[in-house]
Amino acid sequence: MTKTSMTTRRTLLKSAAAGGLLAASPLMGRFASAQSSAPIKIGFQQHSTGIGAAYGRWYGRTTEAAVKLINDGGGINGRPVEIVAEDDGTDPKRGAEVVEKFANQHNCDVAFGTLFSHVVYGSAPAAGEQKLPYFVVSEGHHVASGALNRYTLQPGITDVKSQVQAMAPYVAENLGKKVTMIFPDFAFGHDHRDFFTAAIEAQGGEVLEHIAIPPTETSFTKYFPKIPRDTEVIYHVMVGPAVLTFVKELGEFFGPSAPAIFGFIDSLEAVDMASPGLEFLEGTYFWEGNPRYAQADQTSHDKMFRAAVGVDDNGASLSDSKDVSTYAHMFGCWETLHVIKAGMEAAGYQGPEDRAKLIEAVEAMTDMPESDAHPQGPKLFNGKTHQVFGVQYISRVEKGKLVKVHTTSIEDTLYEDEVDYTTMSF
Amino acid sequence: MDFGPHLLLAILEGAVGAAVLALTALGLSLVFGVMRVVNVAHGEFFMVGAVVAWFVADTVAGHPALGFTAALIIAPVVAGLIAVLVDKLVLKQVEYDPEATIVGTIGVLYILQQTALMTYGPEPRPVEAPFSTRIPLPWFEWGENGFAMFYPWGLSITSYKLFVICAAAAVLVAFWLIMSRTRYGLIMRATQLDRETALAFGIPVSRVYSIVFGIGAGLAALAAVLIVPIQQAYYLMGAEPLLLSFIVVIIGGLGSVRGTVVAALLIGMSDGIISVFLSPTLSKIIATLLVALVLVFRPQGLFGTKAA
Amino acid sequence: MSISTKSFALHAGLIAVLFALGFLLPTYHQGNLARIMVLATYAVGYNVLFGYTGLLSLGHAMFFAAGMYGLGLAMHLGGLPPVPAFIIGLIAAAALSTIVALLALRTIGVAFMIVTLMFSQAVFLTILYLGTYTGGDEGFVIAQSSRQILGYDLTHPLTRYMAALFVFSAALLITARMMQASFGQVLIGVRENEERTTMLGYDVFRHKLASVIISGTISGAAGATYALLFGYVGATFGSVQYSIFPLLWVLLGGAGTTIGPLVGAVFMFYLIDYSSGLTNAYMLIAGVVLVLLTLFARAGLVGEIRKRWIAWLP
Repeated sequence: MTKTSMTTRRTLLKSAAAGGLLAASPLMGRFASAQSSAPIKIGFQQHSTGIGAAYGRWYGRTTEAAVKLINDGGGINGRPVEIVAEDDGTDPKRGAEVVEKFANQHNCDVAFGTLFSHVVYGSAPAAGEQKLPYFVVSEGHHVASGALNRYTLQPGITDVKSQVQAMAPYVAENLGKKVTMIFPDFAFGHDHRDFFTAAIEAQGGEVLEHIAIPPTETSFTKYFPKIPRDTEVIYHVMVGPAVLTFVKELGEFFGPSAPAIFGFIDSLEAVDMASPGLEFLEGTYFWEGNPRYAQADQTSHDKMFRAAVGVDDNGASLSDSKDVSTYAHMFGCWETLHVIKAGMEAAGYQGPEDRAKLIEAVEAMTDMPESDAHPQGPKLFNGKTHQVFGVQYISRVEKGKLVKVHTTSIEDTLYEDEVDYTTMSF
Repeated sequence: MDFGPHLLLAILEGAVGAAVLALTALGLSLVFGVMRVVNVAHGEFFMVGAVVAWFVADTVAGHPALGFTAALIIAPVVAGLIAVLVDKLVLKQVEYDPEATIVGTIGVLYILQQTALMTYGPEPRPVEAPFSTRIPLPWFEWGENGFAMFYPWGLSITSYKLFVICAAAAVLVAFWLIMSRTRYGLIMRATQLDRETALAFGIPVSRVYSIVFGIGAGLAALAAVLIVPIQQAYYLMGAEPLLLSFIVVIIGGLGSVRGTVVAALLIGMSDGIISVFLSPTLSKIIATLLVALVLVFRPQGLFGTKAA
Repeated sequence: MSISTKSFALHAGLIAVLFALGFLLPTYHQGNLARIMVLATYAVGYNVLFGYTGLLSLGHAMFFAAGMYGLGLAMHLGGLPPVPAFIIGLIAAAALSTIVALLALRTIGVAFMIVTLMFSQAVFLTILYLGTYTGGDEGFVIAQSSRQILGYDLTHPLTRYMAALFVFSAALLITARMMQASFGQVLIGVRENEERTTMLGYDVFRHKLASVIISGTISGAAGATYALLFGYVGATFGSVQYSIFPLLWVLLGGAGTTIGPLVGAVFMFYLIDYSSGLTNAYMLIAGVVLVLLTLFARAGLVGEIRKRWIAWLP
């Protein structure tokens, strides 16, 4: 899908055709002040097919909504934003090809949007070589670990290291200190293993057993007997198409006598909490990047974000209550686009020759207060590590809904810098 | 968990996987055995079965058992009809040329996957089981107080998982009876043994091929309907059953129902049982190598009579 | 002109055209073609075993990955410069293909398919299992600054293109030469009639063994080149999918033709690239085209040309 005309492009095309009518429209007036009215092109690397497709669909909807809002507000530096979406098939090789396509074929100003961390790793070298600013929305620790390059940034979503370590105090204090971790046996799972184990030990707790589930596994019960009897808390995180089976089988395994259960919502992202077999989750805890269910203390920003993307109070699509969103992650696209906007405005961005200026402008950012641009919560950007930090939520399942019980501070999520990208040349 | 109950659980779970795998592999074995073609799209027929099951279960109101039963009938038929169509439009046209069939069925694979993605969507969706009661299992032990029975933590299975094992066994037996006792079975076996002679004896080989291809797909779809209440229907779910059933068919020996069942048990259970002793991923690696070595030292498969 | 002169002219001409394209193509397509030539090298390696020797492997991704990780780990963890790292990649692929060959060649036909598939699957899982070193599914990036040979910056588009062309040409010429030599003729003999070749007094097993090793090592060279030129090493390249790709490219281009692998890889790349520009449902288009190709060009694109018009095509 080369140029999926999202709302923006369609509006623009219609506008162009309408000719005279346009001149009278308020939109045109706002764009008119710019030196160049050519659109700013943002390459959107989308997981439309492959294993990330469920996330890709919602990343697409969020992106569309954010761009509409930005354009309705006058675009960036007076220029409209155009999204050029390309499917990367959730494949790192295709990801790199798509980045080159953005740079050389579509002449995009920046690229953005990748979720799966192996695609980020695969694409980042291409972004660095093409000197194309590459804003990922992946929650991987890759950017902040220093493994990538100066052109790759993650300003719209927190990384797994900060998420995981921020959970440890709450888990140790409220659920128990003897933890058994169940996680997928690949890099994302290993991040959980390493960071949480260290964090819970810092709280005086311990991990009794690490159970790494092989990737592509579709049945899980056979591994659960490895859970030690004296486990007080199960910590689970699973990704991929088999997540529901995993959670269901966990419930069947324990039956009525389960320890406390704490999971990352990744285990149930895009899955309806009312699915058969999930009843046992009642009373268990989840990390949420952004609360899926509208909370009692819902902010106006979340309300506005929900409405704009088309998500109801239960986190499902307004048009289909069974189409559950990836609510804990997709806000990252929205916030990243607003960071790009703020960065381009601060840098006085005119075109590709200003790409380095754009990156410097983003690197200079620090506080990002909670607002319509940052509906998930307040954030703190670290220009040296190119990584944003922000509050995390812990929810409890009550009557089949996730109810927020704890909000971490940003300080809980901070860790020492592992890299200083600003010292690298462009 | 203690060693004994852990092993029992690994075996039970392995049996569920093996049951579904045996059915899927049986379909492939039939196609492979009779038509001698490598059907890369076999896993996609499995996926179609699961996806159709979801649509049927979603449409039929009332008790989940109603929708499930309807799916048991409708899904294999739909998958079978698609397969017959593929046979007529593609395979017959290339006269079952082995290499052309590979490319052609890769094409079919893309078409079915993309169609599923566009109509069904990228999310995995569950089908509710007609019944699913957790059954705790007892364990026996000679302890200090003599013979004792107790219920270890976590040792359990669901009634539905037991049903899957029984249902798959029933289908396997029925299939074996049809193949060995009926005229249809005779025709298929004759075609498998010698296509030319079968033609000379007036067997409509072309029609037999279509039917075989349809039944093969239908069996895969049936297996998928059985598994969707445990796993979910997902548009990329076809890859694993394809690979595993290929392995099962070759390990079991071409055209051997018995071999297929034994190989399905071997492959369905081995990694679970090894994981009682080792870490899960290491178990998978070892299980994979072991199965490969079986073939290295017995290239005709466990129950094959001649080199494949 | 004799057939060998003609085929030499064809290969020299092809390389000359590719060389010229390096300067003529717009940046985007130049980058694509560089990538395609590396993948085509992989397909050339695959074709040695499948197209010429008649052995269908479903596990070549393990050889590609052996080259890729051999080079990648040597550079990333060992800090070696590209040339020694590349040699380590080749050694890794050659060693793995020797081991696999010794075991898998006890089988033929479908059993060979499955054995290679399973060995490859075991290698793939091992890459994930050793995530501490390999980065698991995420893999790792090879620093841009270290991707230089003799002062040439391999991340520069034209240099990269020429490096890809160099590797591809080497693979193409080696295999073309090999197929004209008696060694290659024996391989074709094995494909056409193994028993007769044995009766003629050839050591079939040794020839097959050499064929697997050559095929695996060329595939490994492609993997090492990919890592070096594009800076990424990841487990996806060891997955089943990447074992099926070279089969597909070779079948599309024409099995047992020297230029078929390149044609197949170009065709498949641009089929996906262009159809994804037309519609979101590009896999549907790709699927339909593959089915049509089976129906109307069963011997593959180059294979059909050879069958219909130019019988001498190597």
